[in-house]
Amino acid sequence: MPRITVTVDGIKYEEDVEPRLLLVHLLRERLGKTGTPIGCDTSNCGACTVMLDGKSAKSCSVLAVQADGRDVVTIEGLGANGDLHPMQRAFHEEHALQCGYCTPGMVMAAIDLLRDDPDPSEETIRHGLEGNLCRCTGYCNIVRAVRRGAQEMGQAVNTP
Amino acid sequence: MSVQEVGRPRRRKEDARLLTGRTRWTDNLTRPGLLHVMFLRSPMAHAAISRVDVSGARGLPGVVAAFSGQDFAAEQGSLPCAWPRAADTVIPEHPPMAVSGVRYVGEAVACVVATDRYRAADALEAIEIDYEPLPAVLDMERALAGDSPKVHETGNRAFDFTSTHGDVEAAFRDAPVVIDRTYVQQRLIPNAMEPRSVLCDTDGETYTMWSATQIPHILKVMLAMVTGVPEHTLRVIAPDVGGGFGSKLQVTPEEVLCLLLARKLGRPVKWTESRSEGNLTVHHGRDQIQRIRLAADADGRVRGLQVRLLADMGAYLALLTPAVPLLGAQMFNAIYKMDAYEFACTGVFTTKMPTDAYRGAGRPEATFGIERIMDELAAELRMDPLEVRRRNWIRQEEFPYTTISGLTYDSGNYEAATDRATALFGYDKLRAEQADRRDKGDPVQLGIGVSTYTEMCGLAPSRWFGSNNAGAGGWEHGSVRVLPTGKVEVITGSTPHGQGHVTAWSQIAADALGVPFEDVSVLYGDTAIAPKGLDTYGSRSLTIGGIAVLKACEKVRDKARRLAAHLLECSPDDIEFEAGAFRVRGTESQKTLQELALAAFTGHDLPEGVEARLDSDATFDPENFSFPHGTHLCAVEVDTETGMVRIRSYVAVDDVGKVVNPLIVDGQIHGGIAQGVAQALFEEAVYDADGNLLTTTMADYLLPSAADLPDFTLDRTESPATSNPLGVKGVGEAGTIASTPAVVNAIVDALRPYGVNDVRMPCTPERVWRALGAEGVRR
Repeated sequence: MPRITVTVDGIKYEEDVEPRLLLVHLLRERLGKTGTPIGCDTSNCGACTVMLDGKSAKSCSVLAVQADGRDVVTIEGLGANGDLHPMQRAFHEEHALQCGYCTPGMVMAAIDLLRDDPDPSEETIRHGLEGNLCRCTGYCNIVRAVRRGAQEMGQAVNTP
Repeated sequence: MSVQEVGRPRRRKEDARLLTGRTRWTDNLTRPGLLHVMFLRSPMAHAAISRVDVSGARGLPGVVAAFSGQDFAAEQGSLPCAWPRAADTVIPEHPPMAVSGVRYVGEAVACVVATDRYRAADALEAIEIDYEPLPAVLDMERALAGDSPKVHETGNRAFDFTSTHGDVEAAFRDAPVVIDRTYVQQRLIPNAMEPRSVLCDTDGETYTMWSATQIPHILKVMLAMVTGVPEHTLRVIAPDVGGGFGSKLQVTPEEVLCLLLARKLGRPVKWTESRSEGNLTVHHGRDQIQRIRLAADADGRVRGLQVRLLADMGAYLALLTPAVPLLGAQMFNAIYKMDAYEFACTGVFTTKMPTDAYRGAGRPEATFGIERIMDELAAELRMDPLEVRRRNWIRQEEFPYTTISGLTYDSGNYEAATDRATALFGYDKLRAEQADRRDKGDPVQLGIGVSTYTEMCGLAPSRWFGSNNAGAGGWEHGSVRVLPTGKVEVITGSTPHGQGHVTAWSQIAADALGVPFEDVSVLYGDTAIAPKGLDTYGSRSLTIGGIAVLKACEKVRDKARRLAAHLLECSPDDIEFEAGAFRVRGTESQKTLQELALAAFTGHDLPEGVEARLDSDATFDPENFSFPHGTHLCAVEVDTETGMVRIRSYVAVDDVGKVVNPLIVDGQIHGGIAQGVAQALFEEAVYDADGNLLTTTMADYLLPSAADLPDFTLDRTESPATSNPLGVKGVGEAGTIASTPAVVNAIVDALRPYGVNDVRMPCTPERVWRALGAEGVRR
């Protein structure tokens, strides 16, 4: 069984894994990282989105062996020093979650979206989040939250 | 006095753990020695099972056990149908695991229990089953023909239900206008984002089940009744539940089988479905053929309405399957006055997944039918669709109003909601643009869709349930305890799955007890912690469960008043309550709620008849439903060359009575509209000619993404409900009920100059284009 080394939320793990093991199952069932949920089996819903070396990836579509030597950040590792990440805070302020099942993936995808466009329009946000499905909110407040998160993150960058 | 909490847009208490991944979805949970279950499912729509051999699975690595239906036959019981509303309803045997035959693709036929889910999946491959194929029964009309193959020995008719109000024949006789239309409510798959999951553990005597369910209380009773496991040895917990929309209002085969597996093996077992397994086997929604006839006078006044439904039950009657279409029985007449109304519905068995409640459950279907045909009436009379509605709706001064179908609408103001909506929408300006585009022959036509809906929700009055042959009532329970330190615990029987009960109940309790919002916690979803309850569906949580909490708070206040009077040596009548303190009227002498809670805890000096602890509980069972209503307006651009539909603007003005938390209410409306739009434009469960579901994944069943939907403009009018002391109405289903006909009416409105008077849902570009292809050339 292949041995991999993977850093998840700042902690280094060494694991023996079956080649077919999905990254999301490694996270959830081996490492106890259940903050990342599974919503589908065809990589359509995006609930399982994590950061893989700083870019968003659907962890149901990555084999654990492919994460060997790489850095994974999940929703559980997002905030610093116990504070919420500005995007998490924006989701709270704008009531951008109801059942919350899509939220971890949605927040990750939203942060990734801002790497390409730190000040996205409503249309850019809507298209940028196309790979993440939500059944509760109708996306209205998610779009508002991403704009708010972008503004706050922009200010954080601009503040010395 | 602190700020009043009810009415404030409080940010939700629920969010913190959901935003940081500290969640307790059932699939997150584990137990020492946990085993994983996987089910083998029928690939045949209809077949006899001639042989099952699970022995090949048994010896494989990690496999603890493998079972077929035969292994459960003596103990599995028949899954319950709790609401056979029509007297002649046929309830076929519904085994959790198929024993002798299968009746839909996806029906469980065997299972493997293994040390992990990969091993369990591997072992399913080693199970051998021989099927003897039988003909699939897929089309409702053909299923009712005498020569149709039968789904059950009793035939394909599940029930016939008729209700008649007024003289229908007279209403249609010599009517200047009769509109006759047939509409199809396509089959939908609810697709809550969290797949179902069940974990069952046992200590050999008692059983604890965690399930992604909307109904832990009902599930507990039903598990006991189905399996014979004594009710007092069962505990059911709904931990964090990721959406339901009715799909988790069910007693599922998998829940029953996990309980039986835990009993057989004496070990904890867990099953979590994949999405494609869920699309096959989570109950589906809608699926009706509606024949609607409407008789009217030449000035647009409706004389009578006749509705004949065929409702697809699927292969079995699940928990509420036959009751869902019949929730439309009193709703097709909607907000309109008329002389006569006849409703008839036939439930039909087919070899498909059973249907059951999906957001709105019977009411979206009814609202679609009436709102579509009101537009047809307007078109026939060359009248504005709002004007034809205005001529027929119940006027504000007529409330309370008893409708032709016998419901009494307590409050409403259709004029105000419509005036507000048309102003926000810019109705006249859009009509002018529409005329301009028509004149110019613009390939992109503008359509305006109207939906002036109401619905009956806050599913409750137990007496109404009883008189309609339901197996349960509709009360709800709440209890409140003021702890010795003055903090407050609220326990609710209404189990949330995303709605925001914790926040809203905290607001209600904070006002009622004069305590800070932050000092209230809300417990729920565990039959050992919240033993009394009837759970969450039918937009009932606030109007029933929230009111139960309010009433429990009032009882706590009464108890505190008596205790305060005793300690302050005055009559309870002389005590006034303000800002969490009980004061002797006209003096500075007082006891705070916290002081009284401590006194009630120590019990050192209690008056006669006052027991220790400052707590109480209450049930609420209202006299009537709540009747939210509103006006939804949708503008679509339809590209007549490609059939592409784009929603340009959407305005919803809803009247949900008094609002406890406007943030939560708007969120419910947003999500509700999105699901209704999704039915209009995107979603359909498709079976092929052999009864295979083709839309098993999210790649095939099109759930709208953010890119597929517009922003929605919302506003509210406020006509307080009179059936509860807060004046609140339900809101969870309103958006879905309202929006589907608004969108389809808009599309048809855009295409009317081309001779189009219907587009079957979902109105995909292909369907719109084909609708135009047949008629558009004549323009």
